[in-house]
Amino acid sequence: MITKRIIPCLDVRDGRVVKGVNFQGLGDVDSPVSLARKYSDSGADELVFYDITASAEGRALFTDILTETARQVFIPLTVGGGIHRVEDFERVLKCGADKVSVNSGAIRDPSLIGKAAKKYGDQCVVLSVDVKRVNGEFRVFARGGRDDTGLEALEWIRRGVGDGAGEVVVNSIDTDGVKQGFDLEMLERVCEVAKVPVIASGGAGKIEDFLTLFHTIPGVDAGLAASIFHFGEVRIRDLKQRMKEDGIPVRI
Amino acid sequence: MTAIVDYGVGNLFSLRSSLEAIGETPRVTSDPEEIRRAERVLLPGVGAFADAAEKLRRSGMDEAVRETAAAGKPLMGICLGMQMLFEKSLEYGEHAGLGLLKGTVRPIREILREKGADPEGRLKIPQMGWNALRIRRESPLLRYIREGDCVYFVHSYAADGCGDSLIADTEYGAYLTACAGRERIFGCQFHPEKSGPVGLKILKAFVEMKA
Repeated sequence: MITKRIIPCLDVRDGRVVKGVNFQGLGDVDSPVSLARKYSDSGADELVFYDITASAEGRALFTDILTETARQVFIPLTVGGGIHRVEDFERVLKCGADKVSVNSGAIRDPSLIGKAAKKYGDQCVVLSVDVKRVNGEFRVFARGGRDDTGLEALEWIRRGVGDGAGEVVVNSIDTDGVKQGFDLEMLERVCEVAKVPVIASGGAGKIEDFLTLFHTIPGVDAGLAASIFHFGEVRIRDLKQRMKEDGIPVRI
Repeated sequence: MTAIVDYGVGNLFSLRSSLEAIGETPRVTSDPEEIRRAERVLLPGVGAFADAAEKLRRSGMDEAVRETAAAGKPLMGICLGMQMLFEKSLEYGEHAGLGLLKGTVRPIREILREKGADPEGRLKIPQMGWNALRIRRESPLLRYIREGDCVYFVHSYAADGCGDSLIADTEYGAYLTACAGRERIFGCQFHPEKSGPVGLKILKAFVEMKA
């Protein structure tokens, strides 16, 4: 049986891993390459690297880090951040990324997913969506959760998957950084519309939050988190052991 | 020397890096002569079967790969590269493979339907993620691997009707071929270069093989 994946996310700025609360108050954590190795050794099923730098220097540093990580870590690597054109896919894939996640880039140019999927295959294209409740509906936010796009999230996801996104990362801005558990209500709705793997993000604070996630929403394939792993509040090895004891299919 | 066949389908960075991590320096090549000189050959690949088979044929490397197998040198196909080792594929039509292993590559959905699995079509296709290996017979390729070890899959098609060449399978609604082979010819549907320490052990077993 296919296992549920645990995915640490590394937000990288100027060559360092950072993580904040509600996308703000970013603080320096660790070297991405050593952290990636550490996670891989402790049982992480996949790694996500988000490039949150804006400068060209930062971008070059990011691809260096990615290349170095891909030389040392042999689990799937997903890269996001700064993916606006098909050329950006090429740039990170040749540094060893396996999947590329698009967020704001797809909002700016809705044809990007289709073009990239045609060139690199659906399995390579991940649609990442930052979602927040506004006036009783799920709304897509852009620019790291700052701008309300006015797009309805479920329709946006349905469209992205239809265009060829092979996986969807759903990050709930409402629960992100709050550590009170994943946004189960939102994830359930997403699983109804997306017939591709769904990765839950935003809100995990403890091991039980992952157990609740996988027991409550069987359609969710993976749980993603950042700071709780970075700061050692949840150890991946312990988490996966608990999942196993709880009858959730997991790779030990 | 281990050669990685480069015929323009998919990214070879990870496969090369994973071999380097186990102390092997592979030669990534599109030159049929270099493939003929290699001690062992890896045939990778992602994408569509017909396109890949055509590219391999046009480059003249299909013959070099066949000769590798005929000479008794170790040959391993990975993912689409594995699928090309079989007799044929039913991905968008019917396309001939290299015919080195017995079996037909078919849509996972069709295999499941035939076996009466997942009648409501709930399982997501492609199968994407880590799944456990069930070992069906002993093979030098899996000599460092234990039953239940997980490896990383991304595929919408699987080899079916492999007969005695089946080495290991994996449960996804029904049992699907994960690893097949005979003599020194092997195929892995999963990605050993993305399967962590387990994957590296499979690659290690492969690079230790000689003709």
